[in-house]
Amino acid sequence: MTQRALEGISVLELGEGISASYCGKMLAAFGAEVIKVEEPGSGDPARRSGPFPKGQPHPEKSGAFLYLNTAKKGITLNLKTTTGLGLFRELVKTAEVLLEDFPPGAMVRLGLDFATVQNLNPRLVVTSITGFGQSGPYRDYRMESIVGYALTGHQYINGEPDREPLQGPGPQPEYQGGLHAFFGTLAALYVREETGRGQQVDVSIMECLVGQHQFTIIRYTYGGEVKTRTGNRYESTYPVTIYPCKDGHVALSASSPAQQELLYALVGKPEIAEDPRFISPLDRIANAEAYDALLMPWFKERTREELFHTCEQWRVPCTPVTHPGELLEDPHFRERRFFVEVEHPEAGTLPYPGAPFRMSENAWQTGRAPLLGEHNEEVFCGRLGYSREELCRLRQGGMI
Amino acid sequence: MSTAGMVLDGVRILDLSRVWAGPLAARMLADLGAEVILIEPPVGRAGGHEALERMRQMHQAGRHFPYYPDGDPGDQPWNRMGMYNDFNRDKLGITLDLRYPQGQDVFRRLVRISDVVLENFTPRVMVNFGLDYAALREVNPAIIMISMPGYGNSGPYRDYPAYGTTLEQHAGFSSIMGYPDSGPYRTQSTYTDPVASVNAAGAVMLALWHRRRTGRGQYIELAQIEASVCLLAEPLLDFAMNGREPGRNGNRHHWMAPHGCYRCRGDDAWVSVAVATDAEWRAFCSTIGSPPWTEEERFAGQSGRWQHQDELDKLISAWTVEQDHYRAMHRLQEAGVAAGAVLNAREVMKEPHLRERSHFAHVTHPQAGTHEYPGLPVRLSDTPTGRTLPAPCIGEHNRYVLGELLGMSEQEIARLLEERVISDGPIVE
Repeated sequence: MTQRALEGISVLELGEGISASYCGKMLAAFGAEVIKVEEPGSGDPARRSGPFPKGQPHPEKSGAFLYLNTAKKGITLNLKTTTGLGLFRELVKTAEVLLEDFPPGAMVRLGLDFATVQNLNPRLVVTSITGFGQSGPYRDYRMESIVGYALTGHQYINGEPDREPLQGPGPQPEYQGGLHAFFGTLAALYVREETGRGQQVDVSIMECLVGQHQFTIIRYTYGGEVKTRTGNRYESTYPVTIYPCKDGHVALSASSPAQQELLYALVGKPEIAEDPRFISPLDRIANAEAYDALLMPWFKERTREELFHTCEQWRVPCTPVTHPGELLEDPHFRERRFFVEVEHPEAGTLPYPGAPFRMSENAWQTGRAPLLGEHNEEVFCGRLGYSREELCRLRQGGMI
Repeated sequence: MSTAGMVLDGVRILDLSRVWAGPLAARMLADLGAEVILIEPPVGRAGGHEALERMRQMHQAGRHFPYYPDGDPGDQPWNRMGMYNDFNRDKLGITLDLRYPQGQDVFRRLVRISDVVLENFTPRVMVNFGLDYAALREVNPAIIMISMPGYGNSGPYRDYPAYGTTLEQHAGFSSIMGYPDSGPYRTQSTYTDPVASVNAAGAVMLALWHRRRTGRGQYIELAQIEASVCLLAEPLLDFAMNGREPGRNGNRHHWMAPHGCYRCRGDDAWVSVAVATDAEWRAFCSTIGSPPWTEEERFAGQSGRWQHQDELDKLISAWTVEQDHYRAMHRLQEAGVAAGAVLNAREVMKEPHLRERSHFAHVTHPQAGTHEYPGLPVRLSDTPTGRTLPAPCIGEHNRYVLGELLGMSEQEIARLLEERVISDGPIVE
């Protein structure tokens, strides 16, 4: 019998990026009542970002929006009007958490800075996810994922030495902001059980990323070395790399001497182990081209699937380089029922990634994303006590 | 051990994890004030004695090992290794061999007085030790246990080897990373590791919250590949909707333009820029001095800019190549355009913004010296976070943990030492 861990926790989500949405999605999945506040008319920017079926934009069919907002309620509110802001303040008084990813200046301009909202509701936890945090010289700078990769040392080390540095895989900086915010929000809720008071959780996406490639940082702080780009070749030992194969690529990671010996036996070239050019890790890296020339042909003759399973039998770590979509049909994920089919009145039924972790006491709930303004009546009438007529007037006035 | 007034005061965590994903998760919880006891096998860290001996000889012959202070592994490399000292700072450390019944017994006694057990072995290991969740729950019904296997506790790949260096490609990150004309790329951060860390730290917080409200412990299974696929929903849904596997797009974006990484003045110097709106485009143009081409009609709207990116990138590079990368970033940001200098590790450590926010923790380690380490990226306005305890030397807290916490006598501890269940330094096997 599992319980909703965050039952009774009401969250107001306000934002424009993936960060607040992903954090809100995780809180909602564990039972919080997450109310997503969107701008009337256009809604959340993720409604415009896709992917869309057949590439045709539609505000209720954007894959990013559908996925990032599962199990939430959706309301619309125009915060540029006094009435809209007033309604938002009323909601703040009834909430446990305000989750937002606006630039720090925007919240101040709206009159929704931390000191003000804390006055309205001293128990409120305010989680603010920004590119650079609530203080410091870059506080008001603009963050996009590629900027996050650039400023934190990730981009400099990705790609070929003689080409431009590469950004990372998609909007990971924003997802990291959301993941850290989930952790930080729970920390603030946990401590509130004792103190009875809320506080502000300040999550800086830049700081989230700085700590995520610490080998590079440590090489510098300990050894004084500045890591540069080395393509796909891992520098600490080898072969840790990507090889082409018959139907794509595989990742090979024979990092220990035992694994290397098995690998050489597997490809039928045990003599590599005795070759003076390839004895130590640094030798193999220095002579990587010659080394790859000996191993690669064996890989090129085999498919990803063959290599994955054959190498496993020899305990040599080797996996297919997979497009995430291919995993939908993969037997492992099927057997574990990882992907969940979610039905949506406009977008139809689609498979979404399911729970990032499984808790024996607290089940993960997927639900579906709200239509634009779907829960206006429930929230404004049910929760704040407005009448249907008043709701109509608000709608006509463009407040909601 | 814990600092007064931190979030996880009084919470004790047993950390059995290795390398990165688990250790970083436990450290995030230590940075909230938990007392984390790192439990290592006496057989030691970072490979066998033989490898360390070879490394010492190579250092004497002039080779520099960048993961050790000043490139020198020293006489006790196991206490000087940078990654180890980073991921395990703010923890206590003991040695304990869980292959022996005596070791398992000590572990069970520790479980009785602890709140959380965190491990990232392959799924068979804890079962083989007789220390799976069912066994631990009998000792302490309120225990929270989290396991972080690569592929999970079930399914056909359950027992496959799983490292960050192979999981990130299997999860799909590499397939969407690369130049338009190249194959896939590794992330250089074995990205599934930190993804698992942050998820695990959040999962443990949720379990602690649940226990505070209900008194009940639980078991958490975190398959690292699944937590990772959760961050790849957009390409996955595109495939589900349209059967499409979008190619690698270098530094581009699916709708923003210009969006790229441009060469600057100096050696290997670059700036990344992202322009989302027409207003930002106009700000960008005036920042670079409004050369005539910026007036061209085809660049005026977002879809036009996106269609003509190749030309746009060349024209922009002609400006950036004359600029210092930091200066270009500041000028663009001051005009409201998202831009970031592409920083290397030295520049990251000097970054004025991170300095001003006191991001780095200064930690003095008795054998590795004083260094700066990335801090906790989450700050609470009223509760202190982050600590500056050095990573434990191997076996450093054996006596505190076994003697003071478990109340074992000197004789009992001496016997465990003799039986090699614990040790004060690495044991050669």
